[in-house]
Amino acid sequence: MKANNKTKTAAAPPAPASAPDTPADYLIRPVRAGDLEKLIAVDAQITGIQKAEYWRQRFRGHVARKDQSSHFLVAEKNSAIEGLIIGEIRDWEFGTPPCGWVFGISVRPEARLSGVATRLLDALCASFRLAGMTKVRTLLVSDDLLVMKFYRSQGMMAAPIITLERKLD
Amino acid sequence: MNIQKSTVIALCSVLEAALDPDKQISSAEVAEKYGISPHHLAKVLRRLGRAGLLESSRGVGGGYRFCGNAKRTTLMDVIALFEDKIVEPDKQFEKQYATAVERAIAQVLVEIDETAKAVFNSITIATMIGLIERQGRSRP
Ligand SMILES: CC(C)(COP(=O)(O)OP(=O)(O)OC[C@H]1O[C@@H](n2cnc3c(N)ncnc32)[C@H](O)[C@@H]1OP(=O)(O)O)[C@@H](O)C(=O)NCCC(=O)NCCS
Repeated sequence: MKANNKTKTAAAPPAPASAPDTPADYLIRPVRAGDLEKLIAVDAQITGIQKAEYWRQRFRGHVARKDQSSHFLVAEKNSAIEGLIIGEIRDWEFGTPPCGWVFGISVRPEARLSGVATRLLDALCASFRLAGMTKVRTLLVSDDLLVMKFYRSQGMMAAPIITLERKLD
Repeated sequence: MNIQKSTVIALCSVLEAALDPDKQISSAEVAEKYGISPHHLAKVLRRLGRAGLLESSRGVGGGYRFCGNAKRTTLMDVIALFEDKIVEPDKQFEKQYATAVERAIAQVLVEIDETAKAVFNSITIATMIGLIERQGRSRP
């Protein structure tokens, strides 16, 4: 995965109102307590399910981790949250050597196909790299084609892990 | 998994052309590079042309050009033009086989087909171009 070197600069000329968004229009930064209500609304818009308590717990869990293993980034534009990514460094998960995991990525429908998710993933990968990781991994439902196509476009291939399940009857 | 020769030829032809969409690819060169019969290749190219993925030009030697949307065309879109079985894995195996042994084997084969389907559906021609370029960098 290539490193992201597009940083937001104050000196950049303002884009014309009708110009399509470019990845550089978004600021990628760590989540803050003040983002929580916006995040709950963004997630409800994307998934159609209101999960306020889940997000509060997720945020508390993230802040409580003092070991830098938890990563929670947002994409901001004009003070609005347009996307988010959650990841974590997990040691010996399923018996495999430490690696960076992406647990969730979403971008508001209106902001899609402008490279926002690419920038979020690039930023997360940069943090994983700084922490000494050499691999990033994720887990997703096999018929979630949109997210799968996104990860594939980022050069991700099958990991040597297979999920198994059975009915509890 | 059994992929037909025509499907492999189709994938090679589409990828060769998509690597440089501005260039006319000579079908004779592709036939030689991949060791395929020119007749078989021409049949496959006609099918890909009808599907709107390739544009062919007549004239000396004949050539073709990629004219699909590389970012939105998946491997499955190409494969589905030539294979019926992968597109619709046989989930009705429980009804089709009389013996438990055959049903158990069919259940495993369906699992393999489902995985293949998910892979083919998620990889676009643009993603493949990235893979080809990385492969080319490690070994020409
Ligand atoms: C998947 C998702 C994160 C992608 O966000 P995005 O900001 O639009 O992605 P990008 O603009 O960075 O796209 C990068 C590449 O991904 C692929 N891609 C993204 N959306 C695609 C689509 N609709 N169709 C095909 N490929 C697509 C393309 O290859 C794209 O490159 P391109 O723009 O050059 O074609 C976004 O669509 C989303 O949030 N979907 C819902 C996710 C969800 O349900 N999350 C909750 C559970 S985790």
